[in-house]
Amino acid sequence: MPVNSILGVFAKSPIKPLQEHIDTVHACASLLVPFFQATSKGDWGEALKLRKKISMTEREADVLKRDIRLNLPGGLFMPVERTDLLELLTQQDKIANKAKDISGRVIGRNMTIPTEIEELFFAYIARCLDAVGMAKEAINELDDLLETGFRGREVALVEKMILKLDNIEEDTDDIQIQLRRQVFALESELNAVDVMFLYKIIEWVGDLADLAERVGSRLELMLARV
Amino acid sequence: MVDVLITNGPWLIAFAAIFGFIMAWGIGANDVANAMGTSVGSNAITIKQAIIIAMIFEFAGAYLAGGEVTSTIRKGIIDSAYFVDTPELLVYGMIASLLAAGIWLVVASALGWPVSTTHSIVGAIVGFAAVGVSTDAVEWGKVGGIVGSWIITPAISGFLAFMLFQSVQKLIFNTENPLANAKRYVPMYMALAGFVMSLVTIKKGLKHLGIDFNNVETYTLAIAIAALVGIVGKIAISRLNLNESADRDTHFGNVEKVFAILMVCTACAMAFAHGSNDVANAIGPLAAVVSVVQSGGEIAKKAELVWWILPLGAVGIVLGLAIFGKRVMQTIGKNITHLTPSRGFAAELAAASTVVIASGTGLPISTTQTLVGAVLGVGMARGIAAINLSVVRNIVVSWVVTLPAGAALSIMFFFMIKGIFG
Repeated sequence: MPVNSILGVFAKSPIKPLQEHIDTVHACASLLVPFFQATSKGDWGEALKLRKKISMTEREADVLKRDIRLNLPGGLFMPVERTDLLELLTQQDKIANKAKDISGRVIGRNMTIPTEIEELFFAYIARCLDAVGMAKEAINELDDLLETGFRGREVALVEKMILKLDNIEEDTDDIQIQLRRQVFALESELNAVDVMFLYKIIEWVGDLADLAERVGSRLELMLARV
Repeated sequence: MVDVLITNGPWLIAFAAIFGFIMAWGIGANDVANAMGTSVGSNAITIKQAIIIAMIFEFAGAYLAGGEVTSTIRKGIIDSAYFVDTPELLVYGMIASLLAAGIWLVVASALGWPVSTTHSIVGAIVGFAAVGVSTDAVEWGKVGGIVGSWIITPAISGFLAFMLFQSVQKLIFNTENPLANAKRYVPMYMALAGFVMSLVTIKKGLKHLGIDFNNVETYTLAIAIAALVGIVGKIAISRLNLNESADRDTHFGNVEKVFAILMVCTACAMAFAHGSNDVANAIGPLAAVVSVVQSGGEIAKKAELVWWILPLGAVGIVLGLAIFGKRVMQTIGKNITHLTPSRGFAAELAAASTVVIASGTGLPISTTQTLVGAVLGVGMARGIAAINLSVVRNIVVSWVVTLPAGAALSIMFFFMIKGIFG
């Protein structure tokens, strides 16, 4: 006997899965640190393993993304705009894609980071991942935002987080400038093609922070329309 | 023709009683999910607790406050002037209506349509009166009022839910210390639920038990009961085992725990309101049959309820939900919803209050409708992560279909019964 109850009215909440998604994305991007550590040691076996793990995690995020999209049919009435929600999801997903691209390119060209810039490079990647972590924290506030009806104190708190995220992103830009300078100084000693790709990698790692910032601004837009 | 009533009187009463009982049983089986679903869905109470609460409070509501709506079903929808010369037609019609509504409920439950028990009986009564007797025998104004209530009652209930939820936000969630405020204000919400319940009981229910209070006494008593409920709630909350770490996540978790206690209270209110409102659907026609047959064909303007009718309806509802409701509840328990106690409470209290307010006007309203309205109200206050509007649409469609379906069935049974006895 099928049950007709009022509970059919409550659709699956998109918020929990969205948080799971950003957690997966963050886990995926975080793997870049051990990955680059392995390459700098020249341990390519380990690097390959990590590269596989990164692409598996990226696939997990894709599955979650698809689930959320399929669970958001047209007739849903939500406290936030569905377009905003889907847009946010797309932005989140791009972070994982970027991490996968970075690791793929490094493996594909057997690239190593020159020892002269290694220290700064690791600081740079850590800061970019801070941005991703901050985005994750902000998204994880969504359930509390729902609890307070997207109003008041909780909104202010999330706004603060987004501001922090913007500041972290600015930091990464500064570090990027320094890093480029260091690479520029080394250019004459390195293989020209390698330098081209090194610049590319630096840019892509920076993109992680940019994308994280974009997740933040999407969230901000979501709250602004309230 | 009146001698038909005298010769077959006991038979007619027996049929009406059996069909009335089936109808009550169907109401218990069909509506228990709607009345208790939100409490179970938000994990505030277990299935077992829900069944026990439903049994006690549905019975209490039906028995203590169920007398009022009964007369509407009996007198309001049809113009009894048309039946003065042919009282047996009224008897046949009411028996046919009970059977039609009962069967419609069973069919709809089997197909999984959320129908309104109120509307199935209203449709059935309108059907036999309009086709079997005369279109003028139906008080079309009243029927219009019922159709109007499809819009008005969900709207009232939605508005109340919206306001309740907003007040919860302002007083509890959007503050420095939500937990402390929850402990402070939740007993007041409990008192409000107690007030609503006791008011309707005293005002509507105790009359037929021969207890009559004046207004001042009524309100004093209701406030006293409300205060008592609030105090009991405060004690229950203080005994809660809360995880007092400063971690903000468990913070809202704790607040919801406090609300879960409140949910038990509103679940009682909801079951009570449902019992008081819906028992009339089963016993209204039965009461009409009994009064016509016992008075030998005279249609009294205001028939006294015979003593055994209300208990029959109340027992029918309770048996229905005990036997059938358990399965329904188990299915609900498996439906993991993302409904938190604070939302469920706002929806339930709003729905229960609306039922109580509307029973005062004597309109036969649908519990399901008030609840759907309340859920939408909480959604408007941005309290629910996702509401499935297509399900809402299906529910609304099934309300609209129920009237003609009930009517068609009751017309059929009416002519059958007329053929057998006439």
